[in-house]
Amino acid sequence: MYRYDEFDHDFVQARVAEFSDQVQRRLSGEISEDQFRPLRLMNGVYLQLHAYMLRIAVPYGTLNSKQVRMLGHIARKYDKGYGHFTTRQNIQFNWPALSDIPAILADLASVEMHAIQTSGNCIRNVTADHFAGAAADEVADPRPYAEILRQWSSVHPEFSFLPRKFKIAVTGAERDRAAIQTHDIGLHLKKNAAGELGFAVYIGGGQGRTPMVARKIRDFLPEADLLSYCTAILRVYNLYGRRDNKYKARIKILVHETGVEEITRQVEAEWQELKDAELKLPDADIRAIEAYFAPPALGDRPEGDQAVKLARLGSKGFSDWLDQNVVTHRHPDYAAVTISLKGIGEVPGDATDSQMEAVADIAAKYAFDELRVSHEQNLILPHVARADLKAVYDSLVDIELATANSNLISDIISCPGLDYCALATARSIPIAQEISLRFASLERQREIGELKLKISGCINACGHHHVGHIGILGVEKKGSELYQVTLGGSADENTSVGEIIGRGFSSEEITDAIEQIVDTYLGLRLNPQEKFIDAYRRVGPAPFKEALYAGEAKAA
Amino acid sequence: MKILTANRLSDGIAVWYADGGWAETVGQADLAHDKAAEDRLEAIGAKAYANNEVVDVNLIDAEVVDGVVEPVRLREKIRAAGPTIRNDLGKQAAQAA
Repeated sequence: MYRYDEFDHDFVQARVAEFSDQVQRRLSGEISEDQFRPLRLMNGVYLQLHAYMLRIAVPYGTLNSKQVRMLGHIARKYDKGYGHFTTRQNIQFNWPALSDIPAILADLASVEMHAIQTSGNCIRNVTADHFAGAAADEVADPRPYAEILRQWSSVHPEFSFLPRKFKIAVTGAERDRAAIQTHDIGLHLKKNAAGELGFAVYIGGGQGRTPMVARKIRDFLPEADLLSYCTAILRVYNLYGRRDNKYKARIKILVHETGVEEITRQVEAEWQELKDAELKLPDADIRAIEAYFAPPALGDRPEGDQAVKLARLGSKGFSDWLDQNVVTHRHPDYAAVTISLKGIGEVPGDATDSQMEAVADIAAKYAFDELRVSHEQNLILPHVARADLKAVYDSLVDIELATANSNLISDIISCPGLDYCALATARSIPIAQEISLRFASLERQREIGELKLKISGCINACGHHHVGHIGILGVEKKGSELYQVTLGGSADENTSVGEIIGRGFSSEEITDAIEQIVDTYLGLRLNPQEKFIDAYRRVGPAPFKEALYAGEAKAA
Repeated sequence: MKILTANRLSDGIAVWYADGGWAETVGQADLAHDKAAEDRLEAIGAKAYANNEVVDVNLIDAEVVDGVVEPVRLREKIRAAGPTIRNDLGKQAAQAA
């Protein structure tokens, strides 16, 4: 994986020193909150309901065991023994004292981590497919390009005060696991007919109060032009994006209001000025970054097939986990493992200090020291020999992280909601927990099949409810929590925004409503292979509305 | 009725104005029963903010239940107790201990 060079080290150390000084001056009263707020936000420090919150960047979701161990250490020493993995592949701590944050940042810097640009109207952490480098279906690892974008966007003088925050995601496979069409810029790494690498470029996707699916503005951008083209997009956005209204300031609104043809023309015109200048990426530079992401030496382990077969016979738990949480690797003797942070009835995305340390040990011992954070709030071991899967499973059982529910209804994305967040209007975690408990039976979950359920506790949609097959949005109505349901959203290569199905439900009603939706689907699907999202796209909302609200209409 | 709440600058912990200082629990918070009392609390909050003692200062609705002050809105109830999903965290943790 990427290692800091001298410049990166100096840059991060200088920032730690600078922000430590700013914190000291704030604590001594030398600077006011109005002066300090933008400074703390540039360094990932928010103020939430109960305390400060520190959001730490995990570039393209990639971590080594030393870094994960450090996160466990921070959780134990400075926080309350746990951390929360987020939908942007980052981690946040919910209870740090401001006075401890300089020490936390110094600890992070010692393992090549930081919290820079995890807030503010700048280019945020660049996210990528969590199976990057391991997936059998990718044309190339997308992370070198994410790293190039990270270097280019870090304290970029022109793009540090954009109209609003800006998020970029990269995928290297046809099957989109990075939700690129919900990002300000989505990049799909592909090969052209000549076998050269480049990108399909999407812009203007986003969620929040005005969800929009990104529009493709270029089918093939040569890799050498990545930075000049992104610069052209950012320039057009920086110039014309609205600064008068926070809710209309994202590039999605500009794309929508300008029209995709016109904005494409503007971007291409700007790009003509830039494309043959200093932003053109020399091939040697791309290959040099790529070398950092060279896959580990995956020696042949042909004994894996037999080992897995035998282990399956001896353990139903292992067999279930294998079927649900283990996916094919480009090397036939290996697999990529999803470590579910969605234990039944647990808080989605939370991991304790000791779980983090144990997972770090597992990664060091069995997974070439590499871990990923997925945008679905799980952890990934991207390279595990099939022969070692049973040992990994047993180790995960020991720390209660072996729940076999990847992509099932209890694998819920949930924002922190009103239990932590100052912006939230309703709680989301307790709803996730109740639904998870209702559908606790693995047999039942597998009968239902792939179902992406996503919950947000306010219209900002951090819980991605717009693109859940089933989405739940919590709002406050007349002093109570009310949950609106959307159906038919999706965040893959066929991205769609879900439709509101009808009136909302109280916190007491919502789990029953979800169960009714699921039962309706089970009753109308053509066969067990027809997934929820496919069935919904075939039949539309009517049968679900009927199931949820018909009784009311008759009663009225 | 209103009470004055904020987060302490140094550690961000939620606090409520009570008996001439900032208390870590809401139960004994000073109540404002009328506009004049609200103005008085607001002035105290503004001064504490200016003195860099607290941030995010707000006057919030409160009621008295069994002789104890409680916030009215769910958001403020959660601030006063801690996350509803983890009663080992936040103010409720100390109260349970």
